[in-house]
Amino acid sequence: MLNIRLVSLVRKEFIQIWRDPRTLVLILVIPVMQLFLLGYAATNDVRNMPLAVLDQDRSPQARQLLDAYRAADYFRIAYDVDREADLRTLMDQGKARAGLIIPPGYGRQISEGGPAQVAFILDGSDPTVAATSLSAAQLIGQSLATGVMAETLARRGQPGSLQLPLDVRTQVWYNPDLISAHFMIPGVIGMILFAITSILTATAIVRERERGTIEQLIVTPIRSWELIVGKLLPYIILALLNTLEVIAIGAWWFKVPVRGDLGMIILLSGLFAATGLGIGLLASTFANTQQEAMLTVWMTLLPSIFLSGFFFPLEAMPPVLQWLSYLMPLRYYLVIIRALLLKGVSVAALQQEIIALAVFGAGIMLIAALRFHKRLD
Amino acid sequence: MIRVEGLSKTFGSLEAVRDLHLSVPEGQIYGLVGPDGAGKTTTLRLLCGALRPDPAGKSGTRIEIGGYDLLSELENARAQIGYLPQRFSLYEELTVLENIGFFAEMRGIPAAEWRPRCMAILEFVGLVEFTNRRAGQLSGGMKQKLGLAAALVHRPKVLLLDEPTTGVDPVTRQDFWQLIIQMVAESRQNGGSASVLVTTPYMDEAARCQKVGFMRLGKLLVEGSPQELRQQLEGRILELTGEPLEGLRRIAGQIAGVESVQRFGERLHLRIQAGQQEAVSEELSTRVPAEGGVLYSLDRAAPQLEDVFMSLAESEDE
Repeated sequence: MLNIRLVSLVRKEFIQIWRDPRTLVLILVIPVMQLFLLGYAATNDVRNMPLAVLDQDRSPQARQLLDAYRAADYFRIAYDVDREADLRTLMDQGKARAGLIIPPGYGRQISEGGPAQVAFILDGSDPTVAATSLSAAQLIGQSLATGVMAETLARRGQPGSLQLPLDVRTQVWYNPDLISAHFMIPGVIGMILFAITSILTATAIVRERERGTIEQLIVTPIRSWELIVGKLLPYIILALLNTLEVIAIGAWWFKVPVRGDLGMIILLSGLFAATGLGIGLLASTFANTQQEAMLTVWMTLLPSIFLSGFFFPLEAMPPVLQWLSYLMPLRYYLVIIRALLLKGVSVAALQQEIIALAVFGAGIMLIAALRFHKRLD
Repeated sequence: MIRVEGLSKTFGSLEAVRDLHLSVPEGQIYGLVGPDGAGKTTTLRLLCGALRPDPAGKSGTRIEIGGYDLLSELENARAQIGYLPQRFSLYEELTVLENIGFFAEMRGIPAAEWRPRCMAILEFVGLVEFTNRRAGQLSGGMKQKLGLAAALVHRPKVLLLDEPTTGVDPVTRQDFWQLIIQMVAESRQNGGSASVLVTTPYMDEAARCQKVGFMRLGKLLVEGSPQELRQQLEGRILELTGEPLEGLRRIAGQIAGVESVQRFGERLHLRIQAGQQEAVSEELSTRVPAEGGVLYSLDRAAPQLEDVFMSLAESEDE
């Protein structure tokens, strides 16, 4: 038999969400905004870095070097300066992120068989970007050098291709073009699921207390568990809709592959959402106002974003933070969702993470439900 | 019916309710009056199970609501209660009809049953034209009527009303009391008679109850019918008019045997110690002209509930 109280509670919650423009915007628009923001902005891809060039040689060989930099789209030759001081100013102002100095006599040295030297200056303020730029700059230089060497050898009458003694053939799996968005978007899904479920649940329950409606609700013979389920169900449904929304936009706009089984993605997302709901429910038992509830949830949201491997690789963290990361449900979900979307692996490979999520979900829910009372004191 | 024995509630070091004993038989409207902070709201919250009473002392705590023991059969007891909290406690985003429907369904009443009943109630409280208006857009008085409608939808045996007319215009206040009285009368005809416990800061409203209890600092000081209570001060209230009123007031305050002087518009009410009425009348008649004032009238007046509670509050302070 259908539980009339439960149905009525869920329906009331949806009416309230539908008629409150702020919540509606929060639910519908914010996830898409975050997706685009993080899909585009939070990228470690190095592209079109403004490069200032001080060419003191102006030889054909120098032009060849510049062409090589131009051809790879890592750098954009934005400034052509005549004095070293100008280059420094551009770097200081941040207008140029890298500088290339070709000293006089570069062309002559190359044609004489080298070794010629150029100076490459990098703005290291952002280490991640700098590291990528550095290796890009070196690669461009090396590949040019190999070409020049081959040419020189040919001219000296030693034809045939130049063979390097070691050739490392790299292959990149899952995200072959190393597109940051493909790595970011599964993370965005995790963050949205967690934020929506925890914040909305906490505020939805606390709002009843803040506005005094809880007093009327308490007097009805509704059971505590019905109240909890009735409050959580609408937000789990919304969170899953959000997941589908973000996956759809991610696949269509950012071309994120969806290699895993969509049904499984939804199922495991629901499992993860349970932990967010639990945290929201728990926060609601501590907070008296919606602001307090928001703050409490934020306190759990921030560490779980930073310690989940969303932005920063966990492997590079000090051991203490790595241990702490095991306490973040988001950590397990990120492994799951990245694996399902990008790798298309089977559920069997994710057993540990799934068990961890289930344990967290059940644990948090249990604590929250025990703390949740149908009373004012 | 409501029966309360040995009910206490402490918040930290504040004793909000102290050893309360109270009973409201079926068909009775019981008015709980008292100044702010007397513990009226806490009492109602305890009676609907929103707060948990202090652990029972020597006497043992009992709360019986419509035949159920609230402490051991909480949900059964709650099912008997209609509760109207002091603060508007319905959903502003929901319409009048949706609100009533929601609380009916929370009480397990299916739509087929609550819909017809709900229209009757809305007609009863005069909100029929506003069924599809959102609760947030109703005036203060209409909100209270909606609250009453939501509290009545499951035909409760016990109605708990917490200052239902605070912040409501005088006309609506009259309507509201008519509704409560009518509701009790109708429930009596239908067999299942309701008990009403209402808190109010207004003495004229208390006078409409069959029984009134005066609460102060968590204690129920006195209870009885309005008539019984007024009789305690029978003959001890003097009403006088004259000029200048402030001068009369000062003189009256100086006379031995006058317990209090209160101004009601252009009249003064004096409360006199028992047995001192004659002496005070005589002294007033001589002193007022002597000090250049005029006394138009000096009569015994029927005591009001307000006088009774003022005298109780003062004797309690001493």
